[in-house]
Amino acid sequence: MTELRTERESQSVGPGQEPLLRVDRMSRHFKIGNAISRRTLHAVDDMSFTVGEREIVAIAGESGSGKSTVARVLAKIYKPTSGEAYFQGKPLSAIRSRREKLRYSGLVPMVFQDPFASFNPVFRVSHGVMRALKLHRPELTGAQRFTEAVRVFDAVGLNPGAEVLQRYPHELSGGQRQRVGFAQALAMRPKLILADEPVSMLDVSIRIGLLNLMKELRDEQGVSILYITHDIASARYAADRLIVMYAGQIAEAGPVEDVLAAPRHPYTQLLLSAVPDPKAELTVGPNTDRGEPPRVIDPTPGCRFRYRCPLAIAECHSVTPRLLELSPGHDVACHVAQSGAEVHAF
Amino acid sequence: MAHALADDQYGLVSPLRQGPVLEIRNLSVEYVLESGIVCAVDDVSFDVAPGEFLAIVGESGCGKSTLLFGIAQLLNPPAEISGGSVAFKGRNLVQLTEHDLAAVRWKDMSVVMQSAMNALNPVKSVGAQFKDAMRAHGVTSKEEIQRRSIEVLKMVGIDPVHLKSYPHQLSGGMRQRSMIAMAMLFTPELIIMDEPTSALDVVAQRSLMAQIKDLQQEYHFAVIFVTHDMSLVRHFSDRLMVMYAGQVSELGPTQQLFDHPHHPYTAGLMDAFPSIRGPRVHLTGIPGSPPELARPPAGCRFSPRCPKVMSRCETTPPPDYQVEGTLVRCFLYDAPEVLSD
Repeated sequence: MTELRTERESQSVGPGQEPLLRVDRMSRHFKIGNAISRRTLHAVDDMSFTVGEREIVAIAGESGSGKSTVARVLAKIYKPTSGEAYFQGKPLSAIRSRREKLRYSGLVPMVFQDPFASFNPVFRVSHGVMRALKLHRPELTGAQRFTEAVRVFDAVGLNPGAEVLQRYPHELSGGQRQRVGFAQALAMRPKLILADEPVSMLDVSIRIGLLNLMKELRDEQGVSILYITHDIASARYAADRLIVMYAGQIAEAGPVEDVLAAPRHPYTQLLLSAVPDPKAELTVGPNTDRGEPPRVIDPTPGCRFRYRCPLAIAECHSVTPRLLELSPGHDVACHVAQSGAEVHAF
Repeated sequence: MAHALADDQYGLVSPLRQGPVLEIRNLSVEYVLESGIVCAVDDVSFDVAPGEFLAIVGESGCGKSTLLFGIAQLLNPPAEISGGSVAFKGRNLVQLTEHDLAAVRWKDMSVVMQSAMNALNPVKSVGAQFKDAMRAHGVTSKEEIQRRSIEVLKMVGIDPVHLKSYPHQLSGGMRQRSMIAMAMLFTPELIIMDEPTSALDVVAQRSLMAQIKDLQQEYHFAVIFVTHDMSLVRHFSDRLMVMYAGQVSELGPTQQLFDHPHHPYTAGLMDAFPSIRGPRVHLTGIPGSPPELARPPAGCRFSPRCPKVMSRCETTPPPDYQVEGTLVRCFLYDAPEVLSD
């Protein structure tokens, strides 16, 4: 299986070329319980994917699916339990010294979910940007730092940048604060921004503006973004490729339009059927499905979606499905879909 | 003009033609702060008919949660009701004492809060919390409490074994369901819900919405459902009220609002949702951000962001206009027949 995927990846990024980020069979487990009952929570299991240059890749999934853990491992907040991620061909585990870590966190900064909790209320918003510049671009003088801060504030639509820099977080709206988050990331001249639910705390009328900003950053600044979200409609709006996660594993991945137009995994189908769409009629969904999160504590082999899947066959209860490419660039981890059958679960 | 319209304008399109269970008239709520007075709810009037599902949508800071707290008389200083009335089954709740209110709350009117994790007591089992609520309202028989607790949990589709569970042992969906079960202990006539599904995933969210609707149809309680996501209530609410900056922008039948939004703000909100179907179109959302309520714009509060703004919008606050059964606060509908009214 690994050979198969490696082949495709080398095709999608050109022969012999390493993608910007390559995650290879990465797992992250957490030990829970006490001395008497030791258990392991499999937050992320055996995940492989790539992010190319100038590409927005969305990871969508419900809470507890492990999508934020992926971002945190990539931000080097957690170490992977097994597997490895390669950034520009270099394994993350080889980034050890303070200088290398600093360089990496400048190239791969993170934008957090909660714009109300991620700023220190007693400092002006310039504090974060200036500090980031001081740490990550020590070659700049004080005046250059300020010019650069104004530039990135203007770039994210906080105009006039020089004035907004002087404000305190409470003087900014949620949408503006989240733009400050992106400006801070941008100040470090990143290659890949890890955006963990950057718009979920914002109002609907503001969200679109941020999603448009992400697309602008991709198109104008050449930044790649790993966009982590539970909102599949916003993933479709902003992303080039979509990875659907379920219970710590990839259920389906591919170009966003392919996945949404022809979902092959029953979970993706369930997810799509549940998205409220005011423009469509109400689809009567499976009333038995309560949307309960799956068990990822000491999971047994088998498909993790099998308890909720109406199409589950015997194999699903014993063998964990592998992620296989079923059509160009479109990978599905489902025994039924891989057997060649049409999947119409929901 | 607006103030000259008949008093029943707020309930014109109620699905059931009975007396309203809740009548709100000219309700205003102010936050009295050192920096000045912030009017978070400004002159809001509407009715809720028995068994009706009324959805209130708006962005954060539009006053929708403050309005709910004002209805339930749960406001804490610095917030206070500065005018208007909240008549629940004919009694004005604003004038009731805390003691009288305690009898009404939970028994006739209950509230489901946004975050069940914070609303439930983490150190008490679900059953113990049900027991507390029932004993506070004079139900002391152990058998009765046990019977009813099991009954309401079954209503929301939770296995009664979870009466012994603590909140942290339940999933987010189950916590919200048990909050709803708790709200139904006395089968109230009105349940107020403040974004009960916002912490849930789409699948759980849709399942919970369907369940609320089923319960409502079976037990005929009225629901006031506050949310920031109008697509969520599209298929579930009878009427929709759109709030902006503390005021009602538009109030009318849900279907009609979605098919023909009258207020430019409602129309803007409709276009702010990316869809998972149809062509991928570029959206602009609504430029700008909501006004600070401490210093609202002089005229129409939406005028600085409005694509159809006219000169008088910036100076004069628009009144309510009655357009095809919906109530719209916008000068665009200042047609001659409305003027002559």
